Amino acid sequence: MYTQGLDTHGKEPLPTAAEGEARAARFQGRIDAEEKIEPKDWMPEAYRQTLIRQISQHAHSEIVGMLPEGNWITRAPTLKRKAVLIAKVQDEGGHGMYLYSAAETLGIPRAQMLVQLLSGAAKYSSIFNYPTLTWADIGAIGWLVDGAAIMNQIPLCRCSYGPYARAMVRICKEESFHQRQGFEIMLTLSQGSHAQRAMAQDALNRWWWPSLMMFGPSDADSMHTGQSMRWKIKRFSNDELRQRFIDVTVPQAHFLGLTIPDDELHWDEATQHYRAGPIDWSEFYAVLKGNGPCNRERLEARRRAHEAGRWVREAAAAHAQRSQRAAPPVAGVAGVAGAAGAAA
Amino acid sequence: MTEADWPLFEVFIRSRSGLEHKHVGSLHAADARMAIEHARDVYTRRQEGVSMWVVRSADIIASDPEEADSLFEPARDKVYRHPTFYAIPDEVKNL
Ligand SMILES: [Fe+2]
Ligand SMILES: [Fe+2]
Repeated sequence: MYTQGLDTHGKEPLPTAAEGEARAARFQGRIDAEEKIEPKDWMPEAYRQTLIRQISQHAHSEIVGMLPEGNWITRAPTLKRKAVLIAKVQDEGGHGMYLYSAAETLGIPRAQMLVQLLSGAAKYSSIFNYPTLTWADIGAIGWLVDGAAIMNQIPLCRCSYGPYARAMVRICKEESFHQRQGFEIMLTLSQGSHAQRAMAQDALNRWWWPSLMMFGPSDADSMHTGQSMRWKIKRFSNDELRQRFIDVTVPQAHFLGLTIPDDELHWDEATQHYRAGPIDWSEFYAVLKGNGPCNRERLEARRRAHEAGRWVREAAAAHAQRSQRAAPPVAGVAGVAGAAGAAA
Repeated sequence: MTEADWPLFEVFIRSRSGLEHKHVGSLHAADARMAIEHARDVYTRRQEGVSMWVVRSADIIASDPEEADSLFEPARDKVYRHPTFYAIPDEVKNL
């Protein structure tokens, strides 16, 4: 989801002849047999680079994604909602950590990914460049944004690259609560006062189209899909996943008594699908290029956090160095692992 | 400017007593104490564990996947190590 295939247009790296056709064929054979590829296995350089790009974009999205929701932690309407929102935002931070670790197994250092994010060179999901104006936005994000994420992430649990697939299994287990707490916020608002219902409708109006864009460009415009599918990094096309999301979400909106902001949306009896109106791709590409409502603010917030944490990182490094000099390394902790090792 | 990464640690968690520790992922930390604390926050937010090990990734010695064939080959033709290799008449019980 958070991977949108953002900056791959025309830049798809291709396997080189130098890597040997036999080797490449053996690799593809393993993929076709649904074997997982693990970090130390041989892999085509293009497979490695595609994964590094996709996993790091995914990780950045989780991290930047903490910002729009974090914006409402101090203003959550009840203590319960506040505790839930903190837990949710903390999960997103955790998702970022799992994914950075998975990307690192492909040989890119964490620090390098951080530099790419903070310099603005790396992409992250377009959705996080929209502002959270009211409390209902927190409901809409959980329901729609996490909902779209789940739709996209479940097939990634079967991705051919082992560490990515395992990270996605862990993430998917945690996402369900994100979506349900969001829907519950929307439900509460939609059963509330006139003003609260209006607030819920307004949030849906603003988040609906950006949520559909989360699945990335339409299939006609996404040229990398074929190779990613052959490598079983991707299992379904952008449009297939988007359609599934529309089909499950429209009835949920009906249940809430809210209106999807799409005049052309209708049920197609013949295909048994909801048909949506056209997406305004110019908005999508503008946000990707850095011209969304919050692009600057998001990056500045990340940079500020990184700078503000510098003294903590330096202090921790100094402390680690000093205690290493003063005592045998990792006393106490290593002892636990050592003693239990025989039993493992 | 790129700051150097803190060392990488691998994290192993015992999900409940009676089970073995299992690899769950990795993280960066300045030292072992911090690795344990980060592992708590990153990998056990939903009571996934009752005990954790962390070990520096650099200290793990792994077998080479390219050598997997020759490394594991000796066990391949020793089917007699499995109980099903032996034909025992049906009338014989408790065997
Ligand atoms: Fe997430
Ligand atoms: Fe989430």
